[in-house]
Amino acid sequence: MVNRIEIISKIPDTRAVVREKKLGKPVTIVDVYSIDKKFTAQQLRNITSMLTNSVVQEVSINTGLAPIKFSWAIEIGFLPGVTDNVANTASESIEDLLKITFKNEEQVYTSQITFINADLTHEDVIKIANSLYNPIIQRASIKSYQQYKKDKGMGNAIPKVKLDQSRKIDKVDLHVSEEELIDIGKKGIKNNDGTRRGPLALDLAYMKTIKSYFHKLGRNPTDIELESIAQTWSEHCKHTIFHDPIDDIKKGLFKTYIQNATEKIRKTKSTKGRSSSGVDFCVSVFEDNSGAIEFDDDYLITDKAETHNSPSALDPYCGAITGIVGVNRDTLGFGLGAKPIINRYGFCFADTKDTTSLYKGKNFSQKMLEPKRIMMGVIDGVNSGGNCSGIPSPQGFFVFDKRYKGKPLVFVGTVGLIPKKIHGKKSYVKKAKPGDYIVMVGGRVGQDGIHGATFSSEAMDSGSPATAVQIGDPITQKKLSDAIVKEARELGLYNSITDNGAGGLSCSVAEMAKESGGCLVNLEKVPLKYPGLAPWQIWISESQERMTLAVPKNKWKTFYKLMKQRGVEATVIGVFTKSEKCIVTYHDKTIMNVSMKFLHYGLPQRPMKTNYVQPKYKESIIHKPKNIKKLLLHLLKHLNITGFEFVSMQYDHEVQAGSVQKPLQGRGRVNADATVTRPLLTSPKGVIISQGINPFYGDIDTYHMAACSIDTAVRNAVAAGANIDYLALMDNFCWCQSNDPHRLGQLKRAVKACYDYSIVYGTPFISGKDSMFNDFKGFDEKGKPVSISIPPTLLISSLAIIDDCSKTVSMDLKFAGDLIYILGETHEEMGASEYFNLYNYTSKRVPKVEAQKNKKLYKALYQCIQRDLIASSISVSRGGLGVALAKTAIAGMLGMDVSLKNLPGTVKRDDFALFSESQGRIIVSINPQNKKQFEKIMGNIPCAFLGIVVDTTLSIRGLTNTMIFQAKVTDLLKSYKSTFKNY
Amino acid sequence: MKPKALIMSGYGLNCEEETKYAFDKAGAVGDIVHINDLIDREKNLSDYQILALPGGFSYGDDTGSGNAFANKIKNHLWEKIQSFVQKDHLVIGICNGFQILANLGIFPVQFALTHNDSARYTVRWVDLKVENNSPWLQGIHTLSLPIAHGEGKLFADNNTLSRLNKKNMVALRYVEGEICRYQTLTPNPNGSIEDIAGITDKSGKIFGLMPHPERALFFTNLPHWPYLKEKYRREKKAVPEIGPGLSLFKNAVHYFS
Repeated sequence: MVNRIEIISKIPDTRAVVREKKLGKPVTIVDVYSIDKKFTAQQLRNITSMLTNSVVQEVSINTGLAPIKFSWAIEIGFLPGVTDNVANTASESIEDLLKITFKNEEQVYTSQITFINADLTHEDVIKIANSLYNPIIQRASIKSYQQYKKDKGMGNAIPKVKLDQSRKIDKVDLHVSEEELIDIGKKGIKNNDGTRRGPLALDLAYMKTIKSYFHKLGRNPTDIELESIAQTWSEHCKHTIFHDPIDDIKKGLFKTYIQNATEKIRKTKSTKGRSSSGVDFCVSVFEDNSGAIEFDDDYLITDKAETHNSPSALDPYCGAITGIVGVNRDTLGFGLGAKPIINRYGFCFADTKDTTSLYKGKNFSQKMLEPKRIMMGVIDGVNSGGNCSGIPSPQGFFVFDKRYKGKPLVFVGTVGLIPKKIHGKKSYVKKAKPGDYIVMVGGRVGQDGIHGATFSSEAMDSGSPATAVQIGDPITQKKLSDAIVKEARELGLYNSITDNGAGGLSCSVAEMAKESGGCLVNLEKVPLKYPGLAPWQIWISESQERMTLAVPKNKWKTFYKLMKQRGVEATVIGVFTKSEKCIVTYHDKTIMNVSMKFLHYGLPQRPMKTNYVQPKYKESIIHKPKNIKKLLLHLLKHLNITGFEFVSMQYDHEVQAGSVQKPLQGRGRVNADATVTRPLLTSPKGVIISQGINPFYGDIDTYHMAACSIDTAVRNAVAAGANIDYLALMDNFCWCQSNDPHRLGQLKRAVKACYDYSIVYGTPFISGKDSMFNDFKGFDEKGKPVSISIPPTLLISSLAIIDDCSKTVSMDLKFAGDLIYILGETHEEMGASEYFNLYNYTSKRVPKVEAQKNKKLYKALYQCIQRDLIASSISVSRGGLGVALAKTAIAGMLGMDVSLKNLPGTVKRDDFALFSESQGRIIVSINPQNKKQFEKIMGNIPCAFLGIVVDTTLSIRGLTNTMIFQAKVTDLLKSYKSTFKNY
Repeated sequence: MKPKALIMSGYGLNCEEETKYAFDKAGAVGDIVHINDLIDREKNLSDYQILALPGGFSYGDDTGSGNAFANKIKNHLWEKIQSFVQKDHLVIGICNGFQILANLGIFPVQFALTHNDSARYTVRWVDLKVENNSPWLQGIHTLSLPIAHGEGKLFADNNTLSRLNKKNMVALRYVEGEICRYQTLTPNPNGSIEDIAGITDKSGKIFGLMPHPERALFFTNLPHWPYLKEKYRREKKAVPEIGPGLSLFKNAVHYFS
């Protein structure tokens, strides 16, 4: 019995207005609840009145509700099994209202009808529907006016889950040909009907190792054993490219360059008091779900950044929301559970104007979403995830390049806060003990997100599984998060905790079992969203919003009661042991029995060879631009430079009440490169965060790309007031074609630069992550095979702690009459600059970082900011001096009279002076009264007076002191905001 | 004696900690209480003088912002809330808390807080003019606070509007002030009817508002504090530490002293 409640807005529906704008046609929206349960008429009326607001809404029960005039109706709902958050809330409310419980088969489903009133053909409407829904997670039905009238509505189909798969455990015969072994590894275990279950991402060497392990045991593996090993050994989980030997680097890139750098830096810093390079603030690095540094005597700050690229390519909204909510769990899963306090984001997309089609499959099948749709979906996803969770998301960036068309990059990060000690014990140390219950907390398990870990370890192609998409439910996670970090943690109710991310239970339980020495899981106890899942699916599903905990037996009752009180589901699914085995049973039958040693350390090393060839670049002959004004105004509109206020204004950056330096600064609301947050309201201390990403330089040399990314992340934070001696870094490598020796050579160079530059700066890496196969294989709009790889991309995130958050500086000019200085040198480093990219000019002269010099400069600026000598400060990055001058002017809505005649550095041409992207530069303005003090602190650091702040116009004289640019600040503002004006 | 403030939490409300901090800083004793602990009588509303429904995303705004949480209150706590407000007590609902109060029907008029005109979640600062003499707003004429909401547009029919006006129930309106002029922003951020940002009941003791006073407790929360700091320093004036939001909480404390 399906009851349909349809709801229409009585007042102008702003959602319909927005959709009208998008479609260019008059639109009416009707929301639908379909309740698959029998009720009395009175009950139905009560439910309806509870679910709706009579002031603004009109409703109907079991009769269609439509506008008088319309030509087509499109109803969009979810596919079977896809998490429907609104429906879940509705059923919870109905149960509470009527004091009833929904039985297994009884459920609520939501959908939405878009009525269009325009003269359209059926084909037109299909096109419109396609722009409104994503077939991977949703379904659409279309009716004409006549059909709707004839049927008296849209009908009441509901997406009930019907799984008819066999739940029996299959043995997988590994005594097969090498070809078949390769196929099992690449495409998955064969079903009886010949279809395959989806990628295991196990290559032949791995498959042979597994084969010989089970051969010694005298049996074949079960499907769950093979799936489980695949998850644990996946590139996504084990990061073999960073850990296996590469060329003569026996210990691998991570240990040799990243971890080693941090260890060396920590040794130069003192543990107590002050040394010339500051204190060793690292507390927990590279060993937990996040890295942690000391905040003050009582608290630690954690940080972690992740990517969620592949899922975001399939469904941008779901991919992004589960990305951000997922990285929040890396905070909850740090130590005994840290509280998420700041989100970061960063997106790499193809140009939003690119509307040419790409297909994953042959014959124009499996169409990829267009760049603009991916971008808007990703923006929405992070909006929902961050805002719903009550975590501020102040800091982010956008990078655009056509090579992100096959796979967008979606970076998400979370900063956390945790007391150093809980119950007198170190909060960052945790250990599951033999005998502790294995407890799963939070959401239930469904088919969503199966093969996510192995999928992201492969290139995207027609075999990419649709089930790899997970749906986010931030509120379920919020309830879980609050119950853990605000209550259970303080009560000492568990010994260990970790996140259920990639690989689901198979990874989280097996990982925690390392602490105790083994585990015994009773898989039938895992609560499911719907019946019919095979055991291997339950074990590896990446259904969201779940944590795994080790709860001592004597605390289980209290823990369970607390969780129940907070509306959080908690279930004992097994027990941690010291058996040295990972054993899984299903209804008393052992279906997995693998030694912990083999599971975690059995994978063979795969030594890699690199073959790096320095790309050759012709030095273009550059004609002097006729009109520098036009050029600069044009650059301000460029996707990689322009303001993205529409995003900053929809991401809550005020929640938790600690916002200090905001994402939009000054009168002109310019996007900031660094933001400052006060994590503890009882303390004046602040956290400064920023990011550096320069994929374009990598086209010339990934070594300098990495160096520039580090300098950018450090410089942005320093410009806002950070002390370089109290600054930590994180690395996120997003690479492509990582089997190719040249790509590995590029990787090696980039990682080497991370070592070199972090050591000079004394800025330790505390956490990192990589995603190595951001490649697309498919077909273009003519059906021709095409492969697209992202440019090697490295995101460096910076995190600094300062004693007084009021000693920070924004980028906006403050007062006419103030003096403007440039710190740092400008050289003719035009390679891969925005200026050169704009005109397709090439040059191999990529910016190079002079870390020793820069460090002195950064320390001097910190001194000045501590003494309140700096009125405004802006880091010079993409677009060079010209763009930075424009941005600081727009932010302050003030002009400047500046001359480049004393510009430090070797640059010889005006256009190069304005648009070179030399690193290590910051522009500041100061109160004239502070001149003496400022210049004294700067001493012999490269620094030059450029001019003064004036009222309305930015005037720039060139190297020979002739006027090269003049524009009203209002015109600069217009250009800077024009690109995303209507977004 | 310090008044006791109960700050409700649970099901996706998320501003309870900063709201508690605001009450504590203002001189009250803030106590965060999960709604289920009230339902199960682990805590008693009658032990408190102030009830705060803080901001957040209760139930993810599913079935309409504030609606599901209001239903839970109606189903389990309605009588306790009734007897609480009949006494000389104060109630505040901030943002999602205001949406909950609106759905609860605790105000003597029927209105809705619905999707912003932009149909998008909006985060910015607004300038506000105080319109009635609610105990929460004593001595305040104008103030600036941040907003962050997707469904903050107040809608009411003409009858309700004239009742709101006649009975002095309109507490705050969006106006053009310091922040709007500084950042060149339109005063009304969401299309709210007659620029209404907050209302009270007839007594002024039950107060609901979309802006977040608890996010404006410090000078360094202001969007233009870096500019003001420079200005004050040059004028040789002291740089303040406190933000504009604290006064509301102080008023609540003052009411009971």
